[in-house]
Amino acid sequence: MMGPLLVGIYVFVLACFVGFEIITKIPPTLHTPLMSGANAISGITLVGSIAAASSGEIIMSSILAFVAIIFATINVVGGFLVTDRMLGMFSKKKAKS
Amino acid sequence: MNDVLNNIIVPVLYLLSAVLFIFGLKGLTRVRSARRGNALAALAMLIAIVTTLLDLGVVDYQWIIAGLIIGGLIGGIAAIKVEMTSMPEMVALFNGFGGGASALVALSIVWKALIEPAFAGSAAEALGGASAVTAFLSILIGSITLTGSFVAFLKLSGKIGGQPTLLPARHVINGLFFLGCLAAGIYIGFFSTEPSTMVMGALVATAISLILGVLLVIPIGGADMPVIISFLNSLSGLAAAMTGFVLSNNVLIISGALVGASGLILTQIMCVAMNRTLSNVLFSGFGQEGGSADAGEYGTVRSYSPEEAAMVLETVESLVIVPGYGLAVAQAQHTVKELADLLQKRGVKVSYAIHPVAGRMPGHMNVLLAEADVPYEQLIEMDTINPEFKQTDAVLVVGANDVVNPAAEKDPTSPIAGMPVLQVWEAQSVMMIKRSLSPGFAGIKNELFEYDNNMMIFGDAKKVLQEIVSEVKSLIAAA
Repeated sequence: MMGPLLVGIYVFVLACFVGFEIITKIPPTLHTPLMSGANAISGITLVGSIAAASSGEIIMSSILAFVAIIFATINVVGGFLVTDRMLGMFSKKKAKS
Repeated sequence: MNDVLNNIIVPVLYLLSAVLFIFGLKGLTRVRSARRGNALAALAMLIAIVTTLLDLGVVDYQWIIAGLIIGGLIGGIAAIKVEMTSMPEMVALFNGFGGGASALVALSIVWKALIEPAFAGSAAEALGGASAVTAFLSILIGSITLTGSFVAFLKLSGKIGGQPTLLPARHVINGLFFLGCLAAGIYIGFFSTEPSTMVMGALVATAISLILGVLLVIPIGGADMPVIISFLNSLSGLAAAMTGFVLSNNVLIISGALVGASGLILTQIMCVAMNRTLSNVLFSGFGQEGGSADAGEYGTVRSYSPEEAAMVLETVESLVIVPGYGLAVAQAQHTVKELADLLQKRGVKVSYAIHPVAGRMPGHMNVLLAEADVPYEQLIEMDTINPEFKQTDAVLVVGANDVVNPAAEKDPTSPIAGMPVLQVWEAQSVMMIKRSLSPGFAGIKNELFEYDNNMMIFGDAKKVLQEIVSEVKSLIAAA
């Protein structure tokens, strides 16, 4: 049986390879949307912030987690919306031509 | 019931979320599927959030909901209001918030596990050695991402100058700060025995990391921004993955690794496009040996009026437009499109040559031109268009400079020697719309200005283009 750390490292390394494999060939047209979409995905740390903010007391750890939730949500909501706006411009053009 | 929920449903939903993230990212690599890919990734995020709430069970939700609403409103409004031309700085800012969140989560965990219960011992004793290390890494990388992205935001939005700011002995300073941060991390990880010293250590580590982020990005010039933005993007993913290690949460580890890997690839693509290595971009402070203020005197430079340019354009059969950062600054993308449409109606073959690092973020020009409804089939990559310049009648360079500098190929002593550039000088004639003869971000002379087949049209890109458009129109009407 592997310890949780080792499992985590396995998952991390394999996910890195998956990341490298899917991204290797990407048209330059999509560099910005890919970056901005990936950036929104990195807001996944929101999951961690929520877990950390579950106590209702007003103490330092809750305050830090509360700010973390705000930051991460800005990243997630803003990131996905901005990416969608950008990609909307690409598809709008396609519908015309 | 709770056992089933926690042991089966929650892990399965997390797995589903991770798989959707992968499909979403894969979708983002093709034009056809990109929008759906983004939506899939957003769905994956929603599933992950709902799953986390399920996993927590009945807790005090007020802070969580308040945070989600506040953050959602700020992010949503910013994303809807932002101009397409301000996209680079917006992405940088969002990225900083993501990194900052990871650092805050790690700090929150340190407070909860050690400081609030007044735990008498080191972080390794309370969290386990591995979690102590990853919590520290999360604080370090997350904080660097936060302030680094913020400086990038300020540079991109022009609130501070784009020129590299070079501190004396900055490598020594950075090295000392890094070692100091490491020492603070090792101290709270393994040696601190009291909550008060723990607070001190955590604050010192955070403060130094925040400063390091500023110091890392301050010396980086505007032209290197596409590299540093991709790199910071990669770092925010790594910070999230480190948080995942602390929390033993695989969704965080997987998505963080995906972002880290994709950001690194993009960074690599940008570096190759400039013929530089990442360490060179990060540590060299570009342009320092070239001298940025005095970029050499120019000999004969032919300056043309928009009328003369219009007369040239009226006779050409093929035109390649080279957009650069100046196009974005002048917001001239619609006017360029108008000119292109006008000429295309006359049977002129119009295409756009896109240098990979034109602009201030990866793919900047593509987004800008897409906003003006330029069909992306007309956007040609550098390697494809370079052999075609010889058969091209005219090239119109709008607000670009270093990416068309022949010195990169012809002068081995030039600071940009070896950087792949657009070989516009091979065309019959070149027209450069530029505000002045001032050097680009590389801070070097551009000999193209003196070439026989080159004409300079001085002025704001948008104004000049508008004049050219009306001149071309009247020429057509007269014919």
